[in-house]
Amino acid sequence: MSRPLYIHGGRVLDPSLGIDDRAAVLVVDGLIEAVGADVSKPDDAETLDANGLTVSPGLIDVHVHLREPGGEHKEDIATGSRAAIAGGFTTIWAMPNTDPAIDDPAAVGYVRAAGRAVRASRVMPIGAASIGQQGEKMTEIGELVHAGAVAVSDDGFPVRDSGLMRRLLEYTQTFDIPVLQHAEDPGLTRGGVMNEGRVATELGLRGIPNAAEAAMVARDVLLSELTGGHLHVCHVSARQSVDHLRWAKDRGLRVTSEVTPHHLLLTEELVRGYNTQAKVNPPLRLEEDVVAVREALVEGVIDVIATDHAPHHYDEKEREFDDAPFGINGLETAFGLCMRALVDPGHLTLAGLIDRMSCAPARIMGLPTGSLRRGAPADIVLYDPDEKWTVDPARFHSRSRNTPLAGWELTGRIHTTIVGGETRFVAEGDA
Amino acid sequence: MNENRQGAGLGKDLIGLETESGDTIRAILDTAEPFKEISERAIKKVPVLRGKTIVNLFFEPSTRTRISFEFAEKRLGADTVNVAASGSSVVKGETLVDTARNLEAMRIDMVVIRHGSSGAAQFLADRIPSNVINGGDGQHEHPTQALLDLLTLRDSFGRIEGLRICIVGDIVHSRVARSNIYGLQKLGAEVAVCGPKSLIPARIEEMGVQVFTHVEDAIQWADALNVLRLQLERMNAGFIPSLREYNRVYGVTQARLDEAPGEIVVLHPGPMNRGVEIDSTVADGPQSVILPQVTNGVAVRMAVLYLLAGGAPEQAEEAKKGEA
Repeated sequence: MSRPLYIHGGRVLDPSLGIDDRAAVLVVDGLIEAVGADVSKPDDAETLDANGLTVSPGLIDVHVHLREPGGEHKEDIATGSRAAIAGGFTTIWAMPNTDPAIDDPAAVGYVRAAGRAVRASRVMPIGAASIGQQGEKMTEIGELVHAGAVAVSDDGFPVRDSGLMRRLLEYTQTFDIPVLQHAEDPGLTRGGVMNEGRVATELGLRGIPNAAEAAMVARDVLLSELTGGHLHVCHVSARQSVDHLRWAKDRGLRVTSEVTPHHLLLTEELVRGYNTQAKVNPPLRLEEDVVAVREALVEGVIDVIATDHAPHHYDEKEREFDDAPFGINGLETAFGLCMRALVDPGHLTLAGLIDRMSCAPARIMGLPTGSLRRGAPADIVLYDPDEKWTVDPARFHSRSRNTPLAGWELTGRIHTTIVGGETRFVAEGDA
Repeated sequence: MNENRQGAGLGKDLIGLETESGDTIRAILDTAEPFKEISERAIKKVPVLRGKTIVNLFFEPSTRTRISFEFAEKRLGADTVNVAASGSSVVKGETLVDTARNLEAMRIDMVVIRHGSSGAAQFLADRIPSNVINGGDGQHEHPTQALLDLLTLRDSFGRIEGLRICIVGDIVHSRVARSNIYGLQKLGAEVAVCGPKSLIPARIEEMGVQVFTHVEDAIQWADALNVLRLQLERMNAGFIPSLREYNRVYGVTQARLDEAPGEIVVLHPGPMNRGVEIDSTVADGPQSVILPQVTNGVAVRMAVLYLLAGGAPEQAEEAKKGEA
């Protein structure tokens, strides 16, 4: 086995343990051995000086698009998982809307194996909910889980058919995995390219109303109540969706949800000038929606932050707005953007943010990580929450550079990312 | 990109009236006045744009707008080329960026672009140094149409300020509506829209526009109606049940106009669907200014071309006297 790792001199912040103190972390055999001010360095241990840095459980992102197979010009498993560790993420869940879709056990096994081979972030495959993500016939979910799938989803598309959604929420209970739903009523989004409202009206772009999302959330919450299945609502953007999620939480249903960093801060105004970098689905909405999803995250009505990392090639975004694809490249800006949206203005403490980006995803999805408790896999991130840096897409580890944040100054920089006790990312200049 | 303001305060391009000031719009209309007369001459040509190369880049079919631009360009002495999307490199998969750069490489001076996607004109203007004129982009703007509507209204009423103008019909899909709203408001008119809610865009009230769902109410309110074409595709896409019903509920008929408290002027940007949004008695009647609109279209486009080429509004009268 490799030598023990002794991380010392830093501030250890782990909301799952209620720790926020100057302390050392000892890692043995890839697992957390001890955390505390009085933990001493074993003679044979490698040391990592965390002076001036904060040490927390690695971030977990349950919603990324790695584009492999079929979209390698945008991203692949290697570049995507390297972007993840650069962003402080030690675990990412890969959405199955590739070409072909990840709808059989061989494909799930491929994503898992390819992810391991990169030795960057842990890559956990999400299986397609329906064959070819066509929304008709359920995939062999048991086989997918056996091959390593951690959830099922038709993300990119909604599960439109209510009967299929019901069956998914019933059948997945055998395997204790969630159904991740991209909540969108296609009849209400038809042809839409941005939020429906003032800006769409002025720009002459077709709009996507809040009701397109909220109507689907309402239906799915009722189906979770009917079946007892674990519904996880992806990328909540509309204030009305929050009402339905609150209703579900109040009733104690197995309903969880996520919000993206961009929906926590940015609004439809960013689309002005036909800015294709701000074209995303669900669309950037109004300030009142941003406030609603932010408050829901603070209250715990929305459980976690997930990036919906959606890399696209330069040429694809360099087009007419109608023809550009939806999506924002999120992994490497997520932490800084969330600091800006939540911690800097005082909506959430840093501990609260680490909870929503690490502990809570582990908790709702039943992962052993997201905590520095003894025996947990040593997935750790070292960062400086006060350090300012400027977003320069040319420096992304992702193969794509599609972000509306180019040139933004953000606070909170990732310095070192450790996965299973192995240091897999060290920021430029730290050597 | 408008740091180098040219004639009348126009920038490099004319993308929409949203970004132009009331003064600029007035200056364009004033410049159009002397150009009207050129089209009435036996020899309809002046050398104002002699040696300039203009490309009319039409990604959508258009008869009226393209011909109007072409007449305006030719009567000012420019060399023009028409590029239609069908049969061009566009159908071979060339991107708009590459199309633009290739045109640029042939050393052109101006591009008139008509495109089905909102924002396409701005997209082009941001990427090439030539002057770009928006000949209609998606559902966004069609500034020269609004300018010719404004000129026609000014001809009819002697002013724009204080007028009440109602745009009737398919507002949600209409670039003409948006450009008219901006232009009319900047010149001090009150603007309303009228149509079924399925054809009224979300939150348009926030643009300072009143909304009527009954055309009878609009007629009581307005000094002029700008009646938009109702496209057959809208019925097929389920925005309205049928053209017949649309005519029954929203058609501008003589009987409806006769209920107005005063004489209402009727505009239509064309092409008309007679018997759908407008009845022939109205279209061909004394309240219609539909053909004067078409005539004014050439003058307004001449004015825009002249100003973008660096001409000064006060010299337009002088410029047109030059021999061809």
